[in-house]
Amino acid sequence: MSATTTTNNTLATKEIIRLEAVHKVYSLGDEVTVHALRGVDLTICAGTYMAIMGPSGSGKSTLLNLLGCLDRPTAGSYFLGGEDVSRMADDALSEARGRKIGFIFQSYNLIAQLTVIENIQVPLLYQGKDIRQNMDFCMRLAELVGLGDRAYHRPNQLSGGQQQRVAIARALVNDPLMILADEPTGNLDSQTGKEVLDLITNLNENGKTIVLVTHDDRVAARAHRVIHMKDGLIDRQVVKSEPPDHTSP
Amino acid sequence: MLTYQFSSIIRLGVKSLMLHKLRSLLTMLGIIFGVCSVIAMLAIGEGASYEAQEAIKKLGSNNIIVRSLKPAEESREASSGARHMSLKYGLTYEDAARIQSTIPGVARVLPMRIIRENVRFSRNEVPCQVIGTLPFYTEVVGVDVVRGRFLCHQDELHQNNVCAITVGLAARLFPYQDPLEHSIRIDAFYYQVAGIVREKNLPEQRTQTGKMEGEPLDNNVYIPLSTSRTRFGEVLFRRAAGSFQAEEVQLHQVTVQMRDLPAVETADPQIKTALKRFHDQNDYEIIVPLELLRQAEQTKRIFNIVLGSIAAISLLVGGIGIMNIMLATVTERTREIGIRRALGAKRRDITTQFLVETVVLSVGGGLVGVVVGLATPLAVSHLADMKTIVTLWSVLLAFGISGAVGVIFGLYPATAAAKLDPIEALRHE
Repeated sequence: MSATTTTNNTLATKEIIRLEAVHKVYSLGDEVTVHALRGVDLTICAGTYMAIMGPSGSGKSTLLNLLGCLDRPTAGSYFLGGEDVSRMADDALSEARGRKIGFIFQSYNLIAQLTVIENIQVPLLYQGKDIRQNMDFCMRLAELVGLGDRAYHRPNQLSGGQQQRVAIARALVNDPLMILADEPTGNLDSQTGKEVLDLITNLNENGKTIVLVTHDDRVAARAHRVIHMKDGLIDRQVVKSEPPDHTSP
Repeated sequence: MLTYQFSSIIRLGVKSLMLHKLRSLLTMLGIIFGVCSVIAMLAIGEGASYEAQEAIKKLGSNNIIVRSLKPAEESREASSGARHMSLKYGLTYEDAARIQSTIPGVARVLPMRIIRENVRFSRNEVPCQVIGTLPFYTEVVGVDVVRGRFLCHQDELHQNNVCAITVGLAARLFPYQDPLEHSIRIDAFYYQVAGIVREKNLPEQRTQTGKMEGEPLDNNVYIPLSTSRTRFGEVLFRRAAGSFQAEEVQLHQVTVQMRDLPAVETADPQIKTALKRFHDQNDYEIIVPLELLRQAEQTKRIFNIVLGSIAAISLLVGGIGIMNIMLATVTERTREIGIRRALGAKRRDITTQFLVETVVLSVGGGLVGVVVGLATPLAVSHLADMKTIVTLWSVLLAFGISGAVGVIFGLYPATAAAKLDPIEALRHE
């Protein structure tokens, strides 16, 4: 089953991601190859809240890495916001990654020697933006995730849920096309996990496109659209509701 | 904008280094010692050679000094055959005249008779060098007349019993009196003190009766050469502890002043040949200060190279220390590199970040090293009483090398960090 069958011209204006027959082959040396993706077609529209599920080895991590521009497909094309990133050089890929994608990781991945506010500012640095001019914006983001009073704390002074919220603020700072979340609640207890998910849902309601990888059905239940991966292909897709239309006038 | 970015990169580097203060300090220590030793060693080397060169320059670089030498015991017996009452050796008046007339480029030839004798005034008695010489001694060797006058032609012509004495001797012989109003006694004769002089550069003290160590060297009395010949005679007697010795030496030293530096070089072998014909034993030596100066410069160059390379090796070791630590840091911070890459950092950004850290380490170490390196020669001069000269180029060299070491040894770890695959790096524990 393919997800691109519904693509039509009216939706194309809102479409931000399109994968066409994407293959990914890992060579492990000695002529041992792993075919992680075997021709994935996928389209994601602006404002979607999508979850990717699947057993380990199904290729969902590979798909996430490709979506996040951390890797390039072996074959096929990947259009991110109209740009073909599948053949980009490393520097251009880094640029696209920084500008168009916000990452949220399972293990938060904050930089330990930086304060909360500095962690939020890191993506700005690599876009060549002046940190001083964006200071107010960063503070507002910190307040948005409820850490306005902890802006000068270090990550090791924060709880897991707080750290994840810093990561969310950091993902938002460059106003990306899409937020990629890899098991955002995997390291959190159910209560703080729920708070983080509420925050993510809230972002989606404000128009952010969310792509989330999870094992947890309860997490996936919040998404509009759930993709199940199996053996390097999209096995089945569940669409619960159309995304709220924020992009049309 | 650009400077702000630059300063923020440096601040980040410093911040990362401050995470491991002890580690950073120990890493810097290698560079600190390296830079410090480069500066200190070159300063000590420079100081030592400066002293040697100054000592040689005092002899006068335009001069060639020919000195009478007591022949070695064996050759003395072989040459004289039978036992003579007096031992005859050394330079003669003829030698001086020959040099004056045959060697091209000679400006002046200054003969000197140097006799060790006690000089008395009233109840004071001081062992001195009595130097019989000509009036132009002042110009050839360099003497300042402090009071009165030096010897003049009339003195030479009439074999006057006059003398000039050095400042030190004047102070020792005449604690309360005015020397110019008195005469001093040498052996059995009185010499009117005509002037007091200060030697710019002291002729080496002759050590015929053993070294008089610890004694100031400026106990000199200058008398006309002709006076010296008539009052002391050509044969000098020396009685010591029951033994008796007589020497016949016409001139103890001849200082040949050449017109210019090129003449010095050509004259050296010519004087050798000229003297060789009339001396069948090796009873003289030729000292060419210019040649000594060259040798000293050569020695200094070798000295600097050896010291410099020892110090450079310590800098190299410091650099290897930096590289080692940075490689460890890169491994340790693989995760951070992965995060930064995921957040949009290009390879260049990662390279810059780690390179800045190494350069901060090495330049910081270099700055501290310069300070310590400037202080060390001071301490050495103070404690060991050695002259040290810190040259600007040695400071710049040491600091420059430390910066270069940071870049060179930081480049590999930094590129290694940038080459990491972001996915792998993110997965790294």
